[in-house]
Amino acid sequence: MTAGKIIKISTPFTKEMLASLQAGDIVLLSGPILTARDAAHKRFIDLIDRGEPLPLSLEGQALYYTGPTPPVNGRPAGSAGPTTSSRMDCYTPKLLRKTGLCAMIGKGDRSVEVIEAIKECGCVYFAAIGGAGALISSYIKSSKTVCYEDLGPEAVYKFEVESMRLIVAIDTQGNNLYRSGPRDYLERVNGFL
Amino acid sequence: MKTIQYPQIVESVSDMCVAAACDLPEDIWESIKKARVNEPFPRAQEILDQILENAFIAQKERIPICQDTGYAVYFVKIGDDVKIEDGTLSDAINEGTAKGYTKGNLRGSIVNDPLFDRKNTGNNTPAMIHVDIVDGGALQIDLLPKGGGCENMSRLAMLKPSDGLPGVKKFVKESVVSAGGNPCPPVIVGVGVGGTADGACVLAKKALLRPAGVYHNDQRYAALEHELFEEINASGVGPQGLGGMHTALGVFIEYLPCHIASLPVAVSLNCHAARRMSVIL
Repeated sequence: MTAGKIIKISTPFTKEMLASLQAGDIVLLSGPILTARDAAHKRFIDLIDRGEPLPLSLEGQALYYTGPTPPVNGRPAGSAGPTTSSRMDCYTPKLLRKTGLCAMIGKGDRSVEVIEAIKECGCVYFAAIGGAGALISSYIKSSKTVCYEDLGPEAVYKFEVESMRLIVAIDTQGNNLYRSGPRDYLERVNGFL
Repeated sequence: MKTIQYPQIVESVSDMCVAAACDLPEDIWESIKKARVNEPFPRAQEILDQILENAFIAQKERIPICQDTGYAVYFVKIGDDVKIEDGTLSDAINEGTAKGYTKGNLRGSIVNDPLFDRKNTGNNTPAMIHVDIVDGGALQIDLLPKGGGCENMSRLAMLKPSDGLPGVKKFVKESVVSAGGNPCPPVIVGVGVGGTADGACVLAKKALLRPAGVYHNDQRYAALEHELFEEINASGVGPQGLGGMHTALGVFIEYLPCHIASLPVAVSLNCHAARRMSVIL
């Protein structure tokens, strides 16, 4: 058994492209992605609630939950691993329903409400390896600040990534690898007994 | 009387901050390699491979192992014969932290006020400093750059003495399993038992300074560490919470005497990027 199928995929996404992905698949993602953490999410939601436009379009985009270290040694971005996604759970359903956002990249399980919105909108949640910021930095070919520069590491950046290695954690059907992964492992181990 | 100059502390602390961010301790590196060899689940094997590749890139290219270069937590042992000249210990540690995080291009992850301003201080200060006064003429500074993801999974329980050993075991196990992939497993599990509520929390974090593979020198606590390690890894949570044998790399328990009415137990988790650095002046 291999760890999962390996699929090459590029942004911007369409919902049709995402429908074929299954929880557990390994994805090599190329193209532009946008970063946002807690503080940027809060600003997005405040704008949506006031009926004002966002400073950028999220249509067909993937949001990467990260706050990188400053660039070093000629790299476009410093260390840039994922932060804990559950802190964004209170904002995510509204973003998925209102902005055309297609995918999220982070680490850790999501709430029932987020999974419902993922299913409803045909979106995907990818897991990047938490604590692998130096490796993930190698996938980033360019970086520029899009907005909210005053937030420092929490600003919104646009990264151009090449073959960024991700795992499909929650697919468009709502299948959740944070539930099925540990269960599959335990079934295999008990199968040996 | 041993005299230590203020700038000497600033420089040592600054260098520690940079080195800690890029160099995974050798014992942690070895314990992840061992986990990789023993891991039977393909997805977990692949994740552990990427974790090892990441540590290699960080060390070789001097880029932080993780973008969360942490809250700079210091455990200081200062001998009662030590005199610091030209400034205070806490000023020197904070100045060294600011200098190290700036020159090392590390992330400033501290906001000035938790509730109202939440404005980034820019240089990762202030640090969190715990000081013990000990005998002699040495100053030992241990740095634990603590990531927010694993810190957020910390827990404290004020158990009843009648809850005893089973109560402590249940609480520690539940704390690790319910954290799932959030603290970046495989994790190091620090446990502080006894003392007061505040004492148990500090002790749990201090336990994370122990090198991987070393057990408590009291056989009863060593046996408990081993038992908890086995039970946590039987949960199947696995690397990154996506299934596998290795949820923890180690369980380190420290204890303190406690009140006749109390059984405090605190859990502090450290991610697989378990960075730490120590200097003796």
